Amino acid sequence: MNNVTQQDMVTVITAERGWKFIDFAELKNYRDLFYFLVWRDIKVLYAQTILGFAWAILNPAIQIIVFSVIFGQVADIETEGIPYLLFTTVAIIPWTYMSDSMTAASQSLVAGSQMLGKIYFPRVMFPLTPILAKLVDFSISLVILVGVMFYFQVTPTWNLLLLPVLILAMMLVPTGIGMWLAALAIRYRDVRFAMTYIIKLLIYSGPIVYSASKIPPDIRFWYSINPIVAVIEGFRSCLIGTPIEWQYIVPGLVSAVIIFLSGAIYFRRMEKVFVDVI
Amino acid sequence: MSQSAITVENLSKVYRIGLREAASDSIGRSLIEFVKSPVQNYRKYRSLYQFSKDELSDEYKGDDILWALKNVSFDVKQGEVVGIIGVNGAGKSTLLKLISRITPPTIGKITIRGRVSSLLEVGTGFHPELTGRDNVYLNGTILGMRKLEVDKKFDEIIAFAGIDKFLDTPVKRYSMGMRVRLAFAVAAHLEPEILIIDEVLAVGDAEFQKKCLNKMEDVGKEGRTVLFVSHNMAAVTRLCQRGILLSAGGIIADGEAHDIVSNYLTAGMGTSAAREWPDFDDAPGDDSVRLRAVRVVDGEGQLSEGFDIRQPIGLQLEFDVLRDDQLLMPYFSLTNDEGIMIFSTIDQDLRWHTEPRAPGRYVSTAWVPGNLLSEGMAYLTVAMRTTVRKYRPFHEFDAVAFNVVDKMEGGSARGEWVGRLSGAVRPKLDWTTEYRAASKAAEG
Repeated sequence: MNNVTQQDMVTVITAERGWKFIDFAELKNYRDLFYFLVWRDIKVLYAQTILGFAWAILNPAIQIIVFSVIFGQVADIETEGIPYLLFTTVAIIPWTYMSDSMTAASQSLVAGSQMLGKIYFPRVMFPLTPILAKLVDFSISLVILVGVMFYFQVTPTWNLLLLPVLILAMMLVPTGIGMWLAALAIRYRDVRFAMTYIIKLLIYSGPIVYSASKIPPDIRFWYSINPIVAVIEGFRSCLIGTPIEWQYIVPGLVSAVIIFLSGAIYFRRMEKVFVDVI
Repeated sequence: MSQSAITVENLSKVYRIGLREAASDSIGRSLIEFVKSPVQNYRKYRSLYQFSKDELSDEYKGDDILWALKNVSFDVKQGEVVGIIGVNGAGKSTLLKLISRITPPTIGKITIRGRVSSLLEVGTGFHPELTGRDNVYLNGTILGMRKLEVDKKFDEIIAFAGIDKFLDTPVKRYSMGMRVRLAFAVAAHLEPEILIIDEVLAVGDAEFQKKCLNKMEDVGKEGRTVLFVSHNMAAVTRLCQRGILLSAGGIIADGEAHDIVSNYLTAGMGTSAAREWPDFDDAPGDDSVRLRAVRVVDGEGQLSEGFDIRQPIGLQLEFDVLRDDQLLMPYFSLTNDEGIMIFSTIDQDLRWHTEPRAPGRYVSTAWVPGNLLSEGMAYLTVAMRTTVRKYRPFHEFDAVAFNVVDKMEGGSARGEWVGRLSGAVRPKLDWTTEYRAASKAAEG
């Protein structure tokens, strides 16, 4: 046999459960599987639908219309002179992504428990798969964003340079929370039920239908710790070109990173016992 | 070839049983318990997967701890094909799960050299909404193949499964049989250095099973290391060189697959191929005759518990005659696993049907020809018959047991057939075929 590969791959399995971070080298070994898992998620989502990927546009579009009518027209929320449709569209696009991917990531282990007990691959691929798969929907829904911005003739500003950082943050938040909740949900059934509310709470606390400037100054710091605030406010400034409110963005980005790191470490610590506690 | 592929050292896996339901699997209950007794709660919370030194010590008497595996050590060389057998709950599946990294060991260490694919179930990750084509790629990568490897093997896999027409049909519209065939076809084309297989041969029709057996035999011959768990003893003896017998979480035998299989089949039955009564006073019988030994021997007169189906089997009875006042005719009967009597036979040395035996020791052997008994266990009942009705000096039910194995090397009633072949006996009959070409048959 091929002695080179034999010596290359030595796997040692012990009882140890240390404090470790995501093993990127191992992930790389499993990249083909990772690719197919993501691809499966994408392909299966709109299987046997007539509209197919058009749903990726329809879902946020309907949301935007509902919000514009209710909050823009009926409630007439103050948006600092920005047309309400534009104001809410730039928020709903990343919001939809975060909400969808966070829910899917949090449920990933429970949903995949069948596979969990039958095959080994890096467990972190369970929550990471929807994070990547939902990017397809996100990219498609950008069509709406571009359309709305074009309609209101928004000219891009230098703020747009911040977009990659914000997209990264937009992915980090559901990844971190997803890893935390997924690892907890497999042990505590409560989490499976509470998950919906936790996610809704996180999401609705974000400045989607209202402007963050409505938050009283004395609690503004605590408010901005919510990383979703940073992402939404960031998207707004970045795309519409309003002044960047660093006071909202920096604390949120920091907490996004902390949630991600701690989520990854907690997940890794617990991953070995997932099968034993299902 | 001498390098180890898998080294298992002092491997143990402990599960907590009973506690599982009672454990705090809801935070609400946890909180109440937490208020009541924080320390106790903390212990409970971790106890599902954490064990104290006391609990893991040999002195621990609690019944909430289950050693699914205890102190298991073995070494598998590169290219070895090893069958792991044992009754349900012996720890076979746990062992495979540990080696497959699905669950961690409680104690011990496993070192694996090479790429592993484990096949604990056929069709893991199959998605009903995806087409056959998509599922081949998905399942292939799940089982450890690279995309490139699937590309290369794709046509072969489809041909093996025989589903070319349905390649682009969602798998949910497949019949169960098609699904299984496709799943196994993917699995059969894995080319890892180490292959771990659990019970997958229990699927599909007989013809497909044969295809799989052949494919697996090839895998073994290609120098791959294979760990194979099965209840199909015929498959184990055919595919594996080495067998490991697990019982109650420990290895109780490790050696030549054939020996281990017959060991397994006779273990726990309380019988073996020989039974002797060295103490005259305990020996069954009366003041005219005493039973001293029952044995099952091969053609060379050697004791054996496992027999090749093609070889004759000697049923042996040793007895002491004390008085010459009776006509004594040794009698055997064989019963199979299902409790069906296969046959009974009485002494064919006709001299003793008319002539009383002089006192002394006698050994009677009845020869069962090869290719008569079916595969599986046979239980031997012995008795001494006399001309007096209902008078049997001794009658020992299921005195010994032995196992008949078809090694599938040809020469048996199986021929090339590997599927089920029922019946209490399996004689190798003479078959003839008459053939008339279609056109002539029509004329006639």
